[in-house]
Amino acid sequence: MCLAIPGKVEQITEGDVRMGRVNFGGVVKNVCLDYVPEVCVGDYTIVHVGFALSKIDEKTALETLELFEKMGALEEELATEEEVFARAANAPQSPCPDGSCELTGQNLRIEEPTRSSGKK
Amino acid sequence: MKYLTEFRNGEVAQRIAREIHQVATRPWKIMEVCGGQTHSIIRNGIDQMIPAGIEMIHGPGCPVCVTPLNLIDKALAIASQPGVIFCSFGDMLRVPGTDRDLFQVKGNGGDVRVVYSPLDAVELAVRNPDKQVVFFGVGFETTAPANAMSVHLAKRRGLKNFSVLVSHVLVPPAIEAIMSSPGNKVQAFLAAGHVCSVMGYWEYPPITEKYRIPIVVTGFEPLDLLDGIRRAVIQLEKGEYRVENAYERIVSFAGNLPAQQLLSEVFEVADRAWRGIGVIPKSGWRLSAPYREFDAEERFQISGIHTEESPLCKSGDVLRGAIKPAECPAFGKECTPRHPLGATMVSSEGACAAYFNYGRFLSAEDLAHAGAALTGVANG
Ligand code: SF4
Repeated sequence: MCLAIPGKVEQITEGDVRMGRVNFGGVVKNVCLDYVPEVCVGDYTIVHVGFALSKIDEKTALETLELFEKMGALEEELATEEEVFARAANAPQSPCPDGSCELTGQNLRIEEPTRSSGKK
Repeated sequence: MKYLTEFRNGEVAQRIAREIHQVATRPWKIMEVCGGQTHSIIRNGIDQMIPAGIEMIHGPGCPVCVTPLNLIDKALAIASQPGVIFCSFGDMLRVPGTDRDLFQVKGNGGDVRVVYSPLDAVELAVRNPDKQVVFFGVGFETTAPANAMSVHLAKRRGLKNFSVLVSHVLVPPAIEAIMSSPGNKVQAFLAAGHVCSVMGYWEYPPITEKYRIPIVVTGFEPLDLLDGIRRAVIQLEKGEYRVENAYERIVSFAGNLPAQQLLSEVFEVADRAWRGIGVIPKSGWRLSAPYREFDAEERFQISGIHTEESPLCKSGDVLRGAIKPAECPAFGKECTPRHPLGATMVSSEGACAAYFNYGRFLSAEDLAHAGAALTGVANG
């Protein structure tokens, strides 16, 4: 939830609230631009939960987008409602307060938390 | 360093890592505040590139992790009521309450929706005048401007069927709470870059003075983090303490002023309970008096909630940096991402999940056992 993703502002509608169509590497979303009055069409801005928070330069924006895409972060942040529910359904989790549930990590022997130093 | 081509350059990474090895003469403990940074550190093996004596301690900065269980239980109770459309960000769906999660509430017929932005929840309220639309407003200062705007709009439009279950937490009081807790080990902080994109970093100089600790505003890419660590170590070695901004391409000293202005209108500072940690004075926001009518806790008087934390879970110690996830006796045994006992395991940004998913502290043999469950195993 803490990532802010860069996107390109393609269209701005001035109204009750200043809104824009913002393109995130192909996925276009409605974004509130009220907090970035300096941003114009063609600019890049970083967006968090549908709100633009600051303007950034194009080169940084494109490189960040590429990196986030590689990390799978875009998919997670820009998922549709159906995708989010499908993911939640595929990741069955239960609180299992008494620990009696099936233990997927049961056969994992946990080492003492020593550092594996020297690995570069 | 301005551009990410440099930020991802392996040679530059090695050079910064070498510099850290050269300047570090003593062990130091540095806390990265934000869960996104924890994730990046573990995923990219940053903790294994730096000198063995420099320990990264993982901070409480994951909104999913620190939302108190009692509030999750309230959310579940509200979401289960007939006539309610309950809206949330997707990451809250699988956070376990005492006996179920939001996804299960939906399975049992509750109208739970995932929204991309809180403004979508306001839209739903406009389109469904016969329903009560409740938005689960969790998060740090990064999420708060969005939630503030949703309440502000609802008031301007005179909506009577929109409310927010507010659970906003603030970073600076958390840093102070960690510094003043007995047994604190943290000697420097990497401040959360995106929180500072909203708030700036004007709140930090008094903290560096008071506790004589370096604070470096840091981004999320591997080289951002290495550079942040490098700057913190240099200050520590020289016995200096000041705020440095290593995320200049996004963060300014003043932050986003229009956002701060609306935040101070819609919210007021209040004491907040943090899951696993307890109440930290003045560490959160609640709706200010003119906006209190949109407070879901007041609109839905929920009673009879029985909240019970797992007695095994050491999330609080993990969130305070007192222990590493693998030092929790339940880690990888009773508690895994499929069956999380605590929020730090349920959220992908949580420290316990990051350690589990990237195979920290497991032997090669164990990793082989874990097989496909542990994808993307440490690069180290
Ligand atoms: S490993 Fe699980 S039980 Fe232990 S502190 Fe982390 S979330 Fe809690």
